[in-house]
Amino acid sequence: MSTSGQDKVKVRLATTSLAGCFGCHMSFLDIDERLFELVELAEFDRSPLTDIKHCGPCDIALIEGGVCNSDNVHVVRELRANAKILVAVGACAINGGLPALRNKLDVNDILTRVYRNPTTGESCVPDSPELPLPLDMVYPVNEIVRVDYFLPGCPPSGDAIWKFLTDLILGRMPRLDYSLLNYD
Amino acid sequence: MLNLETAQSPHKLRRVAIEPVSRVEGHGKVTILLDEENRVHQVRLHIVEFRGFEVFIEGRPFWEVPVIVQRLCGICPVSHHIAAGKAMDVVAGYGPLTPTAEKLRRLLHYGQIIQSHALHFFHLASPDLLFGFDSEVSKRNIVGVAAAFPDLAKRGVLTRKWGQEVIRHIVGKRIHGTGVIPGGMNKPLHVEERDALRRDIDEIVGWSRESVDLIASLYETNPDFYKRFGEARSNMMGLVNAAGETDFYHGGLRAQDADGAPIFDHVDYTTYQDVFQEETKPWSYMKFPHIKALGAENGSYRVGPLARVQVADRLSTPLAEDQRRKFVALGQGKPLHGALMFHWARMIEMLNAAEMARDLLNDSDIVGTDLMADKGPRRGEGVGVIEAPRGTLFHHYKVNDDDLVTYCNLIVSTTNNNQAMNESIRAVAARFLTGREVTEGLLNHIEVAIRAYDPCLSCATHALGQMPLEVDILDADGALVSRGRKGD
Repeated sequence: MSTSGQDKVKVRLATTSLAGCFGCHMSFLDIDERLFELVELAEFDRSPLTDIKHCGPCDIALIEGGVCNSDNVHVVRELRANAKILVAVGACAINGGLPALRNKLDVNDILTRVYRNPTTGESCVPDSPELPLPLDMVYPVNEIVRVDYFLPGCPPSGDAIWKFLTDLILGRMPRLDYSLLNYD
Repeated sequence: MLNLETAQSPHKLRRVAIEPVSRVEGHGKVTILLDEENRVHQVRLHIVEFRGFEVFIEGRPFWEVPVIVQRLCGICPVSHHIAAGKAMDVVAGYGPLTPTAEKLRRLLHYGQIIQSHALHFFHLASPDLLFGFDSEVSKRNIVGVAAAFPDLAKRGVLTRKWGQEVIRHIVGKRIHGTGVIPGGMNKPLHVEERDALRRDIDEIVGWSRESVDLIASLYETNPDFYKRFGEARSNMMGLVNAAGETDFYHGGLRAQDADGAPIFDHVDYTTYQDVFQEETKPWSYMKFPHIKALGAENGSYRVGPLARVQVADRLSTPLAEDQRRKFVALGQGKPLHGALMFHWARMIEMLNAAEMARDLLNDSDIVGTDLMADKGPRRGEGVGVIEAPRGTLFHHYKVNDDDLVTYCNLIVSTTNNNQAMNESIRAVAARFLTGREVTEGLLNHIEVAIRAYDPCLSCATHALGQMPLEVDILDADGALVSRGRKGD
């Protein structure tokens, strides 16, 4: 890419990881040395890769992970309110993914079982106000807010993320070849 | 040990929160309670997410598990893949692995240690060390490092890339591939793949060596600060082989106390439930394990690079062993407990892993095709333990006659460090926050101490215990509303 980006206004990019495994963020870093090209075009807003804790107005928000607790809901809404384009990245953001295996179980049953003392049989589920409340199920991001793009894969490869982001940033309609799409 | 876990009277104390903790994996926050003179009364690292992996693994077919559980963590999926694979080797009734299968698993694991350690040091932690803990927020990230130190950032990125390529060649994908199956591996390493990796390995060893020099030179700028920052004396544990060397793939458990005296050695890891006990605290979803024989008060321990390089008698490769000796000499006969010393130990391990990977790539067994062990009778239970990049990782499963999992217990690396991390941030808060106006830069000091442990907080949210519990209900000012206590 020849764009130096020196005189241009950079695209502002926010990322977050909700109920995921951080694998989509790792796959984002799998663009390897193309990261240095990307930062000529874009700058980070809120992201676990930076120390910006809350989102400001930005152009693109990438969301990894499903929505599993009240805190996740606030984060998704914050990103939707601030981002022009919101992208659900990876299986968990798109359909809940593996953490949604708990959806067939009752969240109260899981919590009660997990916090049952094996000797007394009593249960006491943590409800400290410092801990966000778990939701009844793990929800896909698009059940909480409107999503503009879905980037599938567990995780989508670094190449897929690179193609998608550069298309978007350079004003092209994002298109992924068959080889870049996977639904595992 | 500082007594800052629970404030005596939280009434009227001011609450400051770091939320979310950034440049770490997963979801954590820190709360600090301060009085009017900004004296620190309570500091806690909370793990705020609940997922319950151990519950929904139950009922799944056992052969599915190594692929499911790697989704615990996208930074070190290989760790969970291998640990579950080792447990399922036992369950499926397989004997010792073939030399090729074991070497492939080791190469896979060393590739992962290289990528994970490089990621942590260069992408996540280095901005603090290179720019200063209270440097400008907008610069304090990998992009800032790339602008100020382009060569260093590039080396970091390329070192991680090489580790990821090892993983891709062996399990098909950089993240969440499949390679380890009960009894062996599902694919050999082809000669062309081996050659592609071998082409760059000398450079990776060289860069890893220089990375140790880098952290050593940062230390030289202020040795006392590096040694003492976030210092929390604790027991330490790691896996060692029969020769007393760190063994990331397999070995016996060794633990030492804070002064380096042995607690236990070459313990068979399948007996881990006799050795460790876990506690739950009301303010975090992450368990607090301790060595049973020492009790909850004195039995907590630390795992990961800083523990491993100090409990081992030596490292298995010459360059890394040379660096280990220089490192432990800094303690003048006593173990090092400063949080920042983790970084140095981590870079020594990256060098160790790079040298071991080089040796395996030069071993003709690595391109062998005998991948599956001999099979005996099916067993009902299996335990798999490895040294993941962040420390000792325990996987334990029971499987019924229908091949379905009936019990799953995971103690992930970061959970082992829970108490030590809390002690480190309390030490930092007491030292740097007391009596001062709380600023972003000061709060980042707390995060620097957490980052040093390279915690994987989402791994830790999956593993949940069945332990006694105490719950405090505080109002918005941190005042205690009620206290519930169950299950003692």
